[in-house]
Amino acid sequence: MRSFAFHRPTTLYEMSALLGGVADSMPLAGGMTLLPTIKQRLAAPAALIDLSKIPQLSGISAQADVLTVGAMTRHVDVAESELARSKIPLLASLAAGIGDPAVRNRGTIGGSVANNDPSADYPAAVLALDAMVVTDRREIAADAFFRGLFETALDPGEIITALRFPVPSAGGYAKFKSPASRYAVVGVCVAKKAGKVRVAVTGAGPGVFRVAAMEAALERTFTPEAIAAIKLDAENLSSDIHADAEYRAHLVTVMAKKAVMSALQTS
Amino acid sequence: MIVSFTLNGRSRTVEIEPSTLVADLLRENLNLTGTHVGCDTSQCGACVVLFDGEAVKSCTLLAPILDGGTLTTIEGLSGPGGSNALHPMQEAFHQNHGLQCGFCTPGMLMTAVALATKNPTPTEAEVRRGLEGNICRCTGYQNIVASVLAGAAAMHAPGSGE
Repeated sequence: MRSFAFHRPTTLYEMSALLGGVADSMPLAGGMTLLPTIKQRLAAPAALIDLSKIPQLSGISAQADVLTVGAMTRHVDVAESELARSKIPLLASLAAGIGDPAVRNRGTIGGSVANNDPSADYPAAVLALDAMVVTDRREIAADAFFRGLFETALDPGEIITALRFPVPSAGGYAKFKSPASRYAVVGVCVAKKAGKVRVAVTGAGPGVFRVAAMEAALERTFTPEAIAAIKLDAENLSSDIHADAEYRAHLVTVMAKKAVMSALQTS
Repeated sequence: MIVSFTLNGRSRTVEIEPSTLVADLLRENLNLTGTHVGCDTSQCGACVVLFDGEAVKSCTLLAPILDGGTLTTIEGLSGPGGSNALHPMQEAFHQNHGLQCGFCTPGMLMTAVALATKNPTPTEAEVRRGLEGNICRCTGYQNIVASVLAGAAAMHAPGSGE
């Protein structure tokens, strides 16, 4: 692999100084995307700033009706957290379905959200649950955070420190996964809170997006039947070896119905 | 850079390039070639090792991350107390014919040991799910699943020392 320097800060202050001061540096979370990206020569950082030894970036806590997940919290930790399972079951089961056990032992929620892969699971939950993305500089609402293919509102050197998830009254996530990678060919997250419903779709397009027609229908009647006839226009959806756009449009409706069913079962 | 960690029960200190991957450190620098590299893209699981007791893919783990931690490879499974005795999971793979060509086996074993340590009495479905990150292109998995079930039972049998 092309050589680079390696730094391991133990405080946020030290981290920011390194990210701002070391030319062409990149932050390293679990490395489940970044390391393959470097191996394929799609990225060539001069230095990696490892975030794993900064204690306040990891851990799960709850205050009133908000679940806070530190950015360096691994998928396995979210999947097995009693707090996450009791407050937002969909988040724990989503984490348990990412990749495979070895990937879940390394991959982090902050890494997944910051990377914003168009087929990643977490962005759908962040958007549907109307989470707040907390960075080392500010707080960014989910609706303003995701900007399309691998693009987010993060500035260069800005780091996600935590995700704050409002606890919904009901919520579910369903995905049609690639059997090889377990990435979402299409994944749909549905969340209901205070009469409002949010529906977020991952895997289907160049980035995670909401479906207003489904949200309105589910606000009237929160049942799978309410959205059975709502089908997305395939025009703006992705086609690849896993599924063409027409099939993905079909899957969005199917997965959305499953997500509502799951929400009704767990609420 | 200097990296110090515990490898198969022994303290090791190595001087490496920061960009060294754990799989390469093991195979090229330390001559521990039991850890295999299949796909090199963290899909196949042949390179799985235990880092601080958890299954990880060594082809997608930077060696500097090891500093201060504990690494167990396939070479560290057998021979407790310097004997040549197989680990109960290895013995189970042997008894149940849980391999054909053997290329994926080191990763299968390490994943299986981590699984059975965390979940002493896994169901067949839990074993199949636990092996999702380990690809075998010979067996069709049937005997591997049987091996892991038997190995988990053996690991936790009275007097097994596990």
